[in-house]
Amino acid sequence: MNVTVVDRKPDTSSQTKLGIVDCDVHPYTKSAADLDPFLPERWRKHRQSIGGRSRSPFSNAPNYPRMSPFTGMRMDSYPKDGTHPGSDLAMMQEQLLDLFNVQYGLMMPLLGRGSDERNVEFGAAMATAANEWEAQVWCDQEPRLKAGIQIPLEYTEAAIKEIESRAGDRRFTHVMIPPRGLEPLGRRRYWPILEACAANGFSIALHLGGTSGHPSTGGGWPSFYHEEHPSYPQSKEALVTSLVIEGVFEHIPNLRVALVEGGFAWLPSLSWRLDKHYKRLHEEVPHLKRLPSEYIRSNIWVTTQPIEEPERPEDLLATCEWIGWDRIMFSTDYPHWDQDDPRYAFKAPLTEQQKRMVFRENALSFYGLE
Amino acid sequence: MARHVVAPVSEIAPGKSRIVDVAGRSIGVFNVGGEFYALINRCPHEGAPLCIGFVLGRFTSDRPGEYRLERHGEMLRCPWHGWEFDIKTGQSWCHPESVKARTYNVEVVPGETLAKGPFVAETVPVSVEQNYVVVEL
Repeated sequence: MNVTVVDRKPDTSSQTKLGIVDCDVHPYTKSAADLDPFLPERWRKHRQSIGGRSRSPFSNAPNYPRMSPFTGMRMDSYPKDGTHPGSDLAMMQEQLLDLFNVQYGLMMPLLGRGSDERNVEFGAAMATAANEWEAQVWCDQEPRLKAGIQIPLEYTEAAIKEIESRAGDRRFTHVMIPPRGLEPLGRRRYWPILEACAANGFSIALHLGGTSGHPSTGGGWPSFYHEEHPSYPQSKEALVTSLVIEGVFEHIPNLRVALVEGGFAWLPSLSWRLDKHYKRLHEEVPHLKRLPSEYIRSNIWVTTQPIEEPERPEDLLATCEWIGWDRIMFSTDYPHWDQDDPRYAFKAPLTEQQKRMVFRENALSFYGLE
Repeated sequence: MARHVVAPVSEIAPGKSRIVDVAGRSIGVFNVGGEFYALINRCPHEGAPLCIGFVLGRFTSDRPGEYRLERHGEMLRCPWHGWEFDIKTGQSWCHPESVKARTYNVEVVPGETLAKGPFVAETVPVSVEQNYVVVEL
């Protein structure tokens, strides 16, 4: 059992003095109409009269119940005006950016529905609108926040156009790609988009969420949220395996991928398994020139939340060692109910050097920040 | 150790609570069926403001398909990660042997007694006609 949590003093040492980088921050709109100013009239009317058609089985509800109001928000993150958590900049500054001395917060907006909208032209318009909203409503007001580029994953031309149009705009640091597409991400149909990310200098953030209509687990739809939550690492495992085995990193060696909101303790065992089978099955995948674990080591980064809490807390340190301390980036997931607090997330002590890397330097380097 | 008057009994109805600052600490005072309890407003897991969480009972089950709700109104669920604590003892549901939210002694004292002192009355004005919730820390 975990026994180290009792009466622990908050760890306010080096990582907060230097300023941390939070690799998973969720801004929300106060209402869907907030995106209207950024939509062309044709699509504004579409949004108002017809609305979104997602690939998820329920058009306006999450796929599973959650234990807290709305769709799983920290209960103390509701703005006083009753609007959505994460929609009030002053509150986000108070509860996150100022409190933890966040130097940069990487935004992962879960709205716009550009990725799973069945009307792909509407999806493209919504992605563009959400990106403009991020830049103008958030980045321009709060330069510590960095924007993620939303794209319509199933509309290649529009996705590439959106990526190219943001190149060179320092407000944008990453392209958000939904982890559950129509097909595994390593498939050829997605290569032009992945190429565009690398060619335009953007890292990719694969943030959990959204749905392609496929069940969230490999074995079908779960009954419980308790079942749903562990499907996050499952979807990440499928992503990593697809990207590696399809040869994406052989084809685009400078593609940099962050896995966001899937934890990380599963990654070493996946690497071991892939390497074991590579020794036996390499004839099937001769396009792979290196061990699968080597592609993972060179092209994949992980973010910490929801951090694993092993029975012996120090086991997490060994896990980090196996992944590589230079590949692990801290994230809160503010304002979600399962967010991690930088003062308490690690239940075992990190060295000063490890703290600097995890809470700050790895992310600065990954996202090209200073 | 000092005793602090935090509220008139009439202002915290059964099933309700109030968060008060006592000697620089944020404390949640709960009325559970007429009895008063106080817990630190900080979750031992990751430091969340524990006492703004939902007050609920404990669901138990002997086997799938059979459910009982017990101890209604006696459990507090953290507003972040949902760890649950026994309001009366601070004991954690998930780690009952090792994790506890700090609790404080609470008693109900008539205003008449309080007027004689030596309580620290803080910001709550005391009248002899009422009973008051007094927290010790």
